[in-house]
Amino acid sequence: MKLIFEKSAAGRRGVRTAPTDVPRISIRTDLLRQEPANLPELSELDVVRHFTELSRRNFGVDNNFYPLGSCTMKYNPKVAEHIASYPGFADLHPLLPQLRMGGMLTQGALRVLHEIDLLLREITGMARFTTQPLAGAHGELTGMMIMAAYHREQGNKKTTVLIPDSAHGTNPASAAIAGYRVVSIPSNENGVMDIETIKQHLNDEVAGLMLTCPNTLGLFNPHVKDICDLIHSVDGLAYYDGANLNAIVGKARPGDFGFDILHLNLHKTFATPHGGGGPGAGPVGVKKKLVPFLPVSVVTKRDDGTYALQYDRPKSIGYIAPFYGNFGVVLKAYVYILMLGKEGLRRVAENAVLNANYVKEKLKGHYRPAFDRLCKHECVFTISQRMAQNGIRAVDIAKALIDKGFHPPTVYFPTIIAEAMMIEPTETESKETLDSFIDAMIEIAEQAENEPEKLKAAPTTAVVCRPNETAAAKNLNIACS
Amino acid sequence: MPFISNTPAQREQMLAEIGLSMDELFDDIPSQLKTEAFDLPRGLSEQETQGRLMELAQKNATHLTCFLGGGFYDHFIPAAVDAIVSRSEFYTAYTPYQPELSQGVLQAIYEYQSMICRLTEMEVANASLYDGGTALYEAMMMALRITGRNKVIVDDSVNPIYRVMIQSYTQNLKIELDQTHCQDGLTNRNQILQMIDDKTAAVIVQNPNFFGCIDEFSDIADAAHDKGSLLIVSSYPVSLGILKTPAAMGADIVTGEGQSLGIPMSFGGPYLGFMASAKQYVRKMPGRIAGETLDASGRKAYVLTLQAREQHIRRDKATSNICSNEALCALTALVYLSLLGKEGLKETAQLCADKANYAYRRLTAIPGVEPHFRGKWFFNEFVLDLPCEAADVIAKLIEKRFAAGFPLGRYYEGMENSILICVTEKRTKQEIGMLAEALESVL
Repeated sequence: MKLIFEKSAAGRRGVRTAPTDVPRISIRTDLLRQEPANLPELSELDVVRHFTELSRRNFGVDNNFYPLGSCTMKYNPKVAEHIASYPGFADLHPLLPQLRMGGMLTQGALRVLHEIDLLLREITGMARFTTQPLAGAHGELTGMMIMAAYHREQGNKKTTVLIPDSAHGTNPASAAIAGYRVVSIPSNENGVMDIETIKQHLNDEVAGLMLTCPNTLGLFNPHVKDICDLIHSVDGLAYYDGANLNAIVGKARPGDFGFDILHLNLHKTFATPHGGGGPGAGPVGVKKKLVPFLPVSVVTKRDDGTYALQYDRPKSIGYIAPFYGNFGVVLKAYVYILMLGKEGLRRVAENAVLNANYVKEKLKGHYRPAFDRLCKHECVFTISQRMAQNGIRAVDIAKALIDKGFHPPTVYFPTIIAEAMMIEPTETESKETLDSFIDAMIEIAEQAENEPEKLKAAPTTAVVCRPNETAAAKNLNIACS
Repeated sequence: MPFISNTPAQREQMLAEIGLSMDELFDDIPSQLKTEAFDLPRGLSEQETQGRLMELAQKNATHLTCFLGGGFYDHFIPAAVDAIVSRSEFYTAYTPYQPELSQGVLQAIYEYQSMICRLTEMEVANASLYDGGTALYEAMMMALRITGRNKVIVDDSVNPIYRVMIQSYTQNLKIELDQTHCQDGLTNRNQILQMIDDKTAAVIVQNPNFFGCIDEFSDIADAAHDKGSLLIVSSYPVSLGILKTPAAMGADIVTGEGQSLGIPMSFGGPYLGFMASAKQYVRKMPGRIAGETLDASGRKAYVLTLQAREQHIRRDKATSNICSNEALCALTALVYLSLLGKEGLKETAQLCADKANYAYRRLTAIPGVEPHFRGKWFFNEFVLDLPCEAADVIAKLIEKRFAAGFPLGRYYEGMENSILICVTEKRTKQEIGMLAEALESVL
């Protein structure tokens, strides 16, 4: 398909600007660009057709089942999109509250921020949230900065953060960028971190621990509270990566496990759309003793029932985002929580876990489960011995699924499982959808064992087939000038 | 239950097939860690939800005529932008890890990167970062990696919100952050030229700067390059419709807030951080990058590339901890720029400058209202001195339905009487006239 630049025709115009009603100004020539920016010249129809065609070359949750493990590709309710486009939200200038009495101009928006804070406190068992972090990884960095601020105030000289080897790559990267040295903790034969291993790595240098629970293998660590206690015994802080909260929402609260800081991925648990890779939102919640370190500003409710922003926070880590976070995303998550309510949220975890275990049980005779035991919201498989002997890899299974009309699961993650295939059905999918996916996976398994060469050519129905990634990095072409 | 497809009967059937009860599915969570007592309200119907949220939306003041900028702008957004980015094949997709099913998003990112390169005249761009502030911080970190140095100079005419963000991020790192003090509306080149030394990783400047003044950084770029330092320019993309590009001034890394490119203000986000640089630095860049390649049968295809820089591969050695980009916002900017095109962007930028200059003349004709910086070229924002505290005047003008500007005393000592006024192409001559009358009446 042609690039948009290749469709340009000199002199063609899309949107017309309004006629000017003021005199033209001539800015000093040496401050101006010599040539206009080389943007394409297209009609509105050209642009609409181009992007409609691009959209047809893309696959979203609305197209079909998208069991991309670790990403929680659940249905994104349309009503949330609709509400986020209300002019009272979409057209609101973020600097208004900084004007004198300006907070009164944004009471509706401030109330949303205050109420989602209260709702998330109740859901997680934390004392207070900031909605500022702009994505999950940004939440992790914010959390690590809070950890550092806490130790600085305590006068602690702490240098390391413990992170299990099954963690998302963002965990070690966030800890490193906050100035910590990362100590990677191996998972045990049950796929989780064990108490004895942690004890071996525990010393006064340990600033804290980052833990995803259930972890990226979909496994809940039953010793999670003891692990938090151990970290606390050296005045460390326990950080909960909320990427997988979907598995336990409405059932258990990370705050009750002993975690001191956590982030939530609103685009996962709370159904805001993933947007082709963003925007996300990663609110951070903390226990009471860490509240003073939360970023500037925080929303408060005054005695008279109005809402205000508090900027005077001497112990705060400061500004980590320009304003109040990805408000448009936070708003959609707020809508989702309001609509689900207490009962609905419990059903999220129940159906997510039921769907994952159903898929695991149905597929375990055809693929090798990484751990054949109760899983939470996702299950990890690897290829059978026979498939391996046939030269089949996880990527071949993934590509074959495309020909069956499904988005593949996450492959090659977590990295501690060879040829990993990580399936996360989410709660919004029906048994009928799961059954058709299971049937497709079984057919592919049979092919992988009996006609492996067919899978190597997959996908045959997509617009492209296995683009050469090595060549892309070697002959770098990342912009067309 | 809303948004859950399985019927109770199906759930029972599935549980029976796997031989577990619903409670048993959660047996791996120790019972003392389970909670029943969530104090949450009952779920609302869609009708109730829309009603309640509409009520909240109406408590926000969007009736004000907006002369408020400060890095976040009220530009006109054509209807086709929303029509295109609302296609759910785009917005309900995730990161394009499976290129066969993601050619739409991948090609769009490639086109977006190309668009940013054409706008800034830089050689390479990434797939986007969270916002203009985090993009500037990431550019600074990138400069530290490239130069192996630890000193950074930033002029205080750079957006104060971005400067405080950078301060937050650097407090745990061994970085020396030196600030120069803007001189008569322009970046303080004398102070910067004196301070640059062989420990300086980068000089950070902004164009147009926070006060709206247009600057030219070629001299600073030369001085920085002489010492082996980099020049980082934070820029306002709409202004690049007419203004000299950062590349033409010798910038090494360019960042900016892309909100002005068709993205609604949405009370602070989601926004779009863009980043571009010279090609030689691409392997030190943070964030996702899409690249062109060929598929197994020789067809043109797009993939995420240079992933060995990123956290999912390099973990604690990655160029950044960032995972998401702002893909949908990047798509929005791409669509906006495509619709405006070469002439449209130029005209929009020119209209902004025309209307701001008209407003400047109209407002400075009011007795007691004086320009803060005289004889400086500005793009679509300018600073006026009022005879009294600007915050007070702005509060009075809110009652007259104007968001008249930003009180600079909030961030700059001694500028308590100064107001930063922004005029985009959306404002009309009539609205400017009404603002002038209102301002005169409250002074």
